[in-house]
Amino acid sequence: MNAILRIDRVSCAYPQNPVLRELTFQVNPGELFIVIGPNGSGKTTLIKALAGLLPISGGEIFLREQALKQYGQKDLARQVAYVAQTGAVDNPFTIKEMVLMGRSPYLGVLGIEGELDIEIARQAIEFTGLSQLANRRLDSLSGGERQRAFIARAICQQPELILLDEPTAALDLAHQIRIMDLMQRMKTNQGATVVMVSHDINLAAMYADRLLLLVDGHIRACGSPSQVIDEKLLGAAYSCRLSVDQSPCGDWPMVNQMPGEKSRR
Amino acid sequence: MNTKPSSLFVKMTMVSLVLALLFLAAMVAGLAMGSSGASLDSIWTTLSSEDASQSMEQAIIWRIRFPRVLLAALVGAALSLGGLVFQALLKNPLAEPYILGISGGAAIGGIIGIILGLSRIPGVSITAFAGSLATLVLIIFISSGRAFLVKDALLLSGVMVNAFCTAVIMFLLSITQDDRLHNIIFWLMGDLSASQIHHVIMLAAILLPCFMVVFIYSNKMNLLLLGSDMAASMGVRVRQVTLVLLVITSLMISLTVSQCGLIGFVGLVIPHLLRLLCGPDHRVLVPACILGGGAYMVVCDLLARVLPPQGEMPGGVITAMIGAPLFILLLRRSKR
Repeated sequence: MNAILRIDRVSCAYPQNPVLRELTFQVNPGELFIVIGPNGSGKTTLIKALAGLLPISGGEIFLREQALKQYGQKDLARQVAYVAQTGAVDNPFTIKEMVLMGRSPYLGVLGIEGELDIEIARQAIEFTGLSQLANRRLDSLSGGERQRAFIARAICQQPELILLDEPTAALDLAHQIRIMDLMQRMKTNQGATVVMVSHDINLAAMYADRLLLLVDGHIRACGSPSQVIDEKLLGAAYSCRLSVDQSPCGDWPMVNQMPGEKSRR
Repeated sequence: MNTKPSSLFVKMTMVSLVLALLFLAAMVAGLAMGSSGASLDSIWTTLSSEDASQSMEQAIIWRIRFPRVLLAALVGAALSLGGLVFQALLKNPLAEPYILGISGGAAIGGIIGIILGLSRIPGVSITAFAGSLATLVLIIFISSGRAFLVKDALLLSGVMVNAFCTAVIMFLLSITQDDRLHNIIFWLMGDLSASQIHHVIMLAAILLPCFMVVFIYSNKMNLLLLGSDMAASMGVRVRQVTLVLLVITSLMISLTVSQCGLIGFVGLVIPHLLRLLCGPDHRVLVPACILGGGAYMVVCDLLARVLPPQGEMPGGVITAMIGAPLFILLLRRSKR
């Protein structure tokens, strides 16, 4: 199978601070691929580099076997959509207006949308379950609703690949599941490839086709959840005590955190 | 891919049409009213008659008021558009070239031009443009790095730069001795009375293409409000768009400053008012600000001409009297 995304010895550095070191992996079409790792491991830098938002200092990123840097910005935007960790909170636009912005890469100089663009935006809003809230301003929504609106905007871009930086951060349990279900449906119903960063290992293990464990800018492990969710591997990566069991709810591993120096019971 | 125009196109047309009517009404009022006897009837009469007795009224309306009203319209449009662009780029509804010190920088450049004995266009305009660009670079430098897009850091830097500009202006005034001092002081107060038609035409020739460029970038300003990364991921060349808009805005502001001195708060009042009435979409707001800002400035200048029992006051006084309380109101609201 031809990879949709091929990362070949990619390094990325801020001035005097190397963040990603010679990463090599690939993402297959239609995959839900989740990047996990401790704070400061380079997850956000990786997702931004994949979106073409950060220059890489070495190696090459290939999208459909064409180097990312060879894509024009609008052309890339038609193939890759990006959802930031925290979208603008005090945004004055309504959900409908903001989702419609996802059509921008397809519009002419003045950026005026046609009926077809409006229909695509309507479908994206419906897909994310926001039809009832379509005319609400973004700054009046809850965190979960706003995150779904940003995802709807990404869907409206009709990309092959959607990149999300911690879409479930700061959301309650119900909203986390809603967002992850949405990712799953994007994969199965729309055939999109989803690459996302997550801090929640259990959520990642539940939904991911493959996981990538990033530590200090290096790949520690890449494979199916049962391959990556390993007691020793994760314990060393996160520098904490934990245990891994089979989830009682299904066929995926589950991580249990353990108290640090003192036992609570 | 697109089949037929969206409701946005209808909204743009409707808003522009209503504001164009307001703009025309303001222009007619600006031509018809003033301290001399020339009135609304006179406009029609001077247009339709070739009677020599009409020549005095004709001169007042078409040689004195007409260039002034046109200048006010252009200045109002440029200032309100400048405010709109700064508010979008800095994601701060309180950002405005006057408050951030860009106008002050242009004024310093303008004064230096006047002291050097340069003509208003292009001499003083060029020195004013250099002044505004220098101020812009200074503000970005002060509030650069991680704090660049933090609202208060930028506003505070702008206020400090503005205070510095005021001090420099005072210094330049104190070392100017001859009759140029009077020219500078009256010009600084926001004076539209010295307008001449050929200057206004030259100003229009530069400003109208600037308005067009800002309109072309209006959808990109919408996307920038979502954040730089999101905008870039939707195909916007963020650095290029930001740079073009900042330079175009500085050019517009310095041209207006070189023509009629410091007129503040137009860029705050009009975009804010229009945002309340028409929503946040810049594709609607850009033409609305051009027409609404133009109409507002024509009315402010008219008030400056007719309110004082004798003589007139600078238009900048009226805009500040309306704008300053609104600025305080907005500041209080944003703190909540």
